[in-house]
Amino acid sequence: MTNDIIKQKLTEKFGDVFTEWLEPYGMLTFTAPKDLNVKVLQFLFDDERLKFRFLTDLQAVHYPDRKGEELAVVYHLHNLVDNVRIRFKVFVPVEKPDVFTATSLYAGANFMERETFDFYGVNFVGHPNLIRILNVDEMDYFPLRKEFPLEDQTRIDKDDDMFGR
Amino acid sequence: MSEHILLPEGSIEKQTTTLNLGPTHPATHGVFQNVLELDGERILKATSTVGYIHRAFEKLAERRPLYQITPITDRLNYCSSPINNMGWHLTCEKLLNVQTPKRVDYLRVIIMELARISDHLICNSIVGVDSGAYSGFLYLMQFRELIYEIYEEICGSRLTTNIGRIGGFERNFTNTAFEKLEKFLKEYPKQLKEFENLFTRNRIFIDRTVGCGPITAERALNYGFTGPNLRAAGVDYDVRVHTPYSSYEDFDFTVPVGSTGDCYDRFLVRNEEMWQSLSIIEQAYQKVQEFKGKDAEVYHADVPAYYLPEKKDVYTKMEALIYHFKIIMGETEIPAGEVYNSVEGANGELGYYLISDGGRTPYRLHFRRPCFIYYQAYPELIQGGMISDAVITMSSLNLIAGELDA
Repeated sequence: MTNDIIKQKLTEKFGDVFTEWLEPYGMLTFTAPKDLNVKVLQFLFDDERLKFRFLTDLQAVHYPDRKGEELAVVYHLHNLVDNVRIRFKVFVPVEKPDVFTATSLYAGANFMERETFDFYGVNFVGHPNLIRILNVDEMDYFPLRKEFPLEDQTRIDKDDDMFGR
Repeated sequence: MSEHILLPEGSIEKQTTTLNLGPTHPATHGVFQNVLELDGERILKATSTVGYIHRAFEKLAERRPLYQITPITDRLNYCSSPINNMGWHLTCEKLLNVQTPKRVDYLRVIIMELARISDHLICNSIVGVDSGAYSGFLYLMQFRELIYEIYEEICGSRLTTNIGRIGGFERNFTNTAFEKLEKFLKEYPKQLKEFENLFTRNRIFIDRTVGCGPITAERALNYGFTGPNLRAAGVDYDVRVHTPYSSYEDFDFTVPVGSTGDCYDRFLVRNEEMWQSLSIIEQAYQKVQEFKGKDAEVYHADVPAYYLPEKKDVYTKMEALIYHFKIIMGETEIPAGEVYNSVEGANGELGYYLISDGGRTPYRLHFRRPCFIYYQAYPELIQGGMISDAVITMSSLNLIAGELDA
């Protein structure tokens, strides 16, 4: 199974809704509309040819410069029979980061979505137990977002203009 | 279960007991908290809490150049840090398009398989300890010491190894390292055989572990299990075979699978994997010995832009000095791109998802920690069992707190 077949199958099913088709280091990558994420997962799971039935990984990335779609939720899927991996992303605005949950399809998505919520504040609609997992319960911000630089920005003893972000 | 007597309705106010197993408890081997709802000694419901040793590695990594992230990866699964280190180097090499020489690949395979053995021997002997058989642990523990001595000879440290660099190793393996490896290869099979004799056909051990914490292949896949735990359930998924890295395709080994996914099968799968690892190490060592003359001196790829030059060159050669400075200050050219790379860790598929925007540090780095993903099945595995089954299930899943919390 090649990346072209996957691409063709997906376009046949959903039409021209996917964007940013890329193949970084050989892994097919695309972006789906945020309302379709579970439908895409379900199709990839059910289709007799595609058989992407293993959720390898799920996490988010914060792109503050992409206005209106700051948070990307990234799914890594694996077809264990043909040994093909794909990656797809959905982008959501940081003000209303609602994404449908994948827990109905993958029991393993439970902790991964909780972790994503914990660090990026992505609200997985329909998740059975969406509470913080690694951070303390009292925390009221989402620490892996880019507006929280790692070092204390009030420090004046260190001139960091030349190096570092 | 059928003989179990339930108290009549309303005889006491609450018929179940709530028990905190952990966060610090001698039987949990790490910081794990499970709130158990008990009826007598039967577990009705378990709620896991994780995050007690969360150290924000993903955030830390966003501020560090690639070479400074290696020590972070040590602290994920600290029972087999070299695999984590190598996985990280392989991810960087994929991003930077660095090809490593064959000898480096084989040396890496030796180190990774030693790490796998050291991880599995701890896990299996701890299963023994938790089921009341302490002696197996004492027999095998001394061999972890031998493995750690080999690490020490190669990189100078034992537990959190920080072994290897992008492109290869920091120095060539010494003769002492190879002598220690030979000693280990000679002595370990005998001890492992004795360990197996103690356990595999032991009536008490079998009664204790068969049918304890089982999982079906379908559930295991749905939960995202990988590694020995998935293979014990009967799925022959192994990253070393599916997506060979570091020249694993050159070696001849089998992937053991179980059928029931219970503690006993997990124990057997890990034991068999140790034998396979021993065989891989022997093959790799043989291949390493076949390199003669100049080839036998190769221990890193020729990538001066990413591989730290030798100190004597830094003091005498202009070019080496420049590269030294650039690498240390994190000013090397890193291509923008996103890469997912995974290795077969001792617990399963250890993945690194690295997004680089061309800056000196990763834009985003995510660790796919196998422990974290399969730990969510734990309440389901122990439901309906006894507390002592919960303890033995936890140790046979090989949960490592460092990997769980990242």
